[in-house]
Parts: sequence; structure tokens; C-alpha cells
Amino acid sequence: MESCTNVPRAQEWIIEKLLFLCALISVFTMFAILAMLLFGAISFFQEVSIIEFFTGTKWTPLFKPQHFGILPLLWGTLLVTIIALGVAVPLGLGSAILLSEYAPEQVRKIIKPVLEIMVGIPTVVYGYFALTFVTPILQVVFPETSVFNALSAGIVMGIMITPMVSSLSEDAMLAVPQSLREAAYGLGARKHEVALRVVLPSAFSGVVASIILAMSRAIGETMIVSIAAGSTPKLTLNPLEGIQTMTAYITQISLGEAPFGSLEYRTIFSVGLTLFLIVFAVNLIGHWMARRYWRQY
Amino acid sequence: MIGNVKIDVRDLNVWFGQNHVLKDITLKIKRNTVTAVMGPSGCGKTTFIRALNRMNELIEGSRTTGEIYIDGKNIYDKETDVYELRKKVGMVFQKPNPFPKSIFDNIAFAPRIHGITDPKTLQEIVERSLKEAALWNEVKDRLKDSALDLSGGQQQRLCIARALAIKPEILLLDEPCSALDPSATAKVETLIRKLAENYTVIIVTHNMQQAARVSDYAAFLYAGKLIEYGGTRQIFENPQNVLTEKYITGKFG
Repeated sequence: MESCTNVPRAQEWIIEKLLFLCALISVFTMFAILAMLLFGAISFFQEVSIIEFFTGTKWTPLFKPQHFGILPLLWGTLLVTIIALGVAVPLGLGSAILLSEYAPEQVRKIIKPVLEIMVGIPTVVYGYFALTFVTPILQVVFPETSVFNALSAGIVMGIMITPMVSSLSEDAMLAVPQSLREAAYGLGARKHEVALRVVLPSAFSGVVASIILAMSRAIGETMIVSIAAGSTPKLTLNPLEGIQTMTAYITQISLGEAPFGSLEYRTIFSVGLTLFLIVFAVNLIGHWMARRYWRQY
Repeated sequence: MIGNVKIDVRDLNVWFGQNHVLKDITLKIKRNTVTAVMGPSGCGKTTFIRALNRMNELIEGSRTTGEIYIDGKNIYDKETDVYELRKKVGMVFQKPNPFPKSIFDNIAFAPRIHGITDPKTLQEIVERSLKEAALWNEVKDRLKDSALDLSGGQQQRLCIARALAIKPEILLLDEPCSALDPSATAKVETLIRKLAENYTVIIVTHNMQQAARVSDYAAFLYAGKLIEYGGTRQIFENPQNVLTEKYITGKFG
């Protein structure tokens, strides 16, 4: 009798500990990444002033005279992100409204899987799509477009994050109680008025959360910008020029452009830490907004 | 009664899929009266009033035959603009369903979508509607607050005010008190009596005392059929049909 109950109990003990170990590994990895970034960044900032790093407008670690101002990289990231959101917000919201308010079942059955497949496309493919398809089109429309430019990368990145915006926004809109739609129809509202004046505002914080989470994805995106946006850190308002984002810079150095352990090499930790903190903050805001939304209903 | 007929329902049938929910309903409803629609759960009461503003169409698989004349015009005609119809036939639902907006914006919603933008006019409409719904004194200092902060009874009166904002001619109330406590119910009932001065009111109710208190006419539905229809007093004191009698004496339902 005793052995009968002890074996499952021992099993249960082992399973529980194993599961705990799995969870522990993720947490540990997260702290290891943070520690790596911090130590690298601290050793970098012993040689470069932190003030110059955050206020300098030139980023030329690889040639003399060296400048370590991160603003051009930050701006590059911001520019591409803005363009991406300019594409993803209207497209994503449009398809979310279509799917939740207009589309009959047959249309949903086609569009939903297409959006899900888009999420599964490797980013390197998006990168080459930007470079070899979108950029040539841009060059026809605007002949001054460089081969590597922010606009092409931004547009394609926007297409990539559109499914994120649309699927989370659609969830938020579907969660709006049917009784609110009926109230509006009962007052003589037309379909688009119900969608735009009742459903969208009622789902507002869920929609904003979806946009913020997509934005964090855009900020951290690496492949598309490495391939299509160029490697010339620049403070420019012209999206047709090449720029460089924080992620693309880290890739460039990691691929061996600077000798391991050198000051140039260690820049990737300070840039990485900056990127990490930004994405972390944006994610935090996004999840906070999403939680606030789901509590509402 | 002929000259005073507001709504004339002829051979109304409604199906949801295979389910035949309303069967050959024919009745006339008088202008500026309160008509109670009674009957056990699932008898088609709600479907009946939702046929009057064509809300059943929002449900996939619904089908309606027959005619409903409002002021002599068949609302199931091809030319009828259903959005204009719903402007004329306001509706209040079983559970209070204010929009997650301010009290002001809730009332101003319908006037705005129907083209009124002048802030002064909107202000006047909001005040008039809230007064008509006997809610003005309770909320006049907090029009910018969220409607969701109001109590259940206040929310329901807000929903009535919201419907009144576009001056409908007919007001459909679908068990408006079922989610309210007795004191809130009393307030809404007093309000319904008052509304009959200017509106044709049709109220679905489960509660027979309520039907007796508020209505001038009463219709009794059973299994999708109109069993009996007449003056409320007559229905309660001298029902002609044995089913009606059983229902109002509480033998089933």
C-alpha cells in the first residue's frame, strides 16, 4: 500500500522540480543578458563619457576621429519605426475592423490564415523583399532614392507588424459587448458609425496596447533594416537616404567589423543596453495598457 | 380606434433558422398609449418588439414575413430606410447598456450621428432628454463623468434619455426593469406613465403587477402566437382565454 502511493508522489516531486528548473532557466537567461549588457556598457563608459554618448550627434566608432554619439542610431531606429507604424496602424486597424465588424464567416476564413502566415515569414525574406522589390519601385517614383534607404525598410517592416496590430486589435474589438452595438443600431446608427464611433472607442486601450506591442517589435527588428536600410548612421529627415538603426549597427559589429574586446567592439554593449531599456519600457507600457483593457469587460 | 392607430401589425411571422418564433401576429396599437407585451420566457415577446424597429435583421439567419404599418407606411417595404426607421422607433434594452463615454456623450451620440454638431443645440438636447427621463437633477453637475459610474437604475434612465434625444415617436422597452431594484423600478414605472403623454410606448414585461400598473393595453403571447389582446383591465379582470387566465393567475410562466 505504501509503495503504491510513494511512487506517484516521488514522480510528482521530480516533475515539479523539473518544471521549476525550466522556468528558472528563462529567468536566469534574462538576468545573464542584462548582466552581460551592464558589464560591457560599464567598461565602455569608463572610456567614453556617458554625456557624449547620449548627446553626441555623430556616430563614427570605426574611423578617425572617433565619435560616440548614439543620437544618429536612435534616430535611425525611430525613423524606421515611425514609417512602419504609419503603414501598420491604418492597415492593421482597417483589417481588424473589417474582420470584427464587417466580414462574413467565409471572408474571415481566408483573411485570418493569410495574416497568420505573414507572421511566420522569416524576417530575412522581408529584408530581401524590401531591397529587391520595394526599393526599385521607390526608385521609379522618386529617382533620388538610394539603394539602401529608411523608407523601403520602414514600409516592409510595417507590413510585417500589421498582423500583430490587426490580431490584437480584433480581439479587443470582439470583446466589446454586443449590447453596445445593439444600442447604437437601435439609435439608427449605420454600420460604419457603429464600428468607428462605438466599437473602436470602446476598444481603444486594447487597440493602443496592440500598437505599442507592435512598435516594440519594430524597434527590436534587425534583419530588414540590416539588409535594406543601410549602414550610414545619419541624422536626416529624408527617408530616401540610407540610415542605420541600433540593431543594424550591433549586427554589423557582431559580424566582425571590429576586433573583439576593443573599444569599438564594446560599443555594442552600450547600444544594446540602450535598445534593451527602450524595448523593455515600451513592452511594459503595452502590457500595462492591455491588462487595463481586459479588466474593463 | 381607427384614426388613432400608430402601429398596425398584419400576419407577422419571424423565423430564426428553422425556428418559427412568431406566428401570424395581427394587432393594432394606439397612439400615445402604453401597451404591455406579456408571456412566459421564450414566447417571442422580445422578437415581437424587435420586429417593430427591424432589429431582428441583425441576427444571422432571421427571416420576417407580413407587414407592419407605422403611420400607414409598411416598414418592411423595400424603400424603407431602416436607419430612419430606428430613429423614429427608439429602443431600451433589458440590461442597461450605456456607452463607455461620458453622460453627455451618451445622450449626444444619436443627435451627432444624425447630423447635429452645434454645441448649444446639443446642450439643449441633453438637458431636455435628461429632464424627460427624470435624471437631470441627479446628474446635472456631472455630465462629463463616465456613464458607467452611475447606478443601475440611473443607467437605465440614461438609456431612456439617450433614446429620447432624437425624439422618437415610438419607444420600445424590453423588460427595462428586470435588472433594477424595487425603488429604481418604481422610478422607471412612473416615468413610463409620463412618457405616454408624448410617445407610443410598448413594454415587454415578465412582471404582471408591472403590466397592470403601467399599461393601457396588454397583449398575451404564448408559443409565438398572440393569445389575447385588449384593454389591460379587461385582460386582468376578465380574460377570455383560459391560457391568459392561467398565466395571470400564476399557474405557469
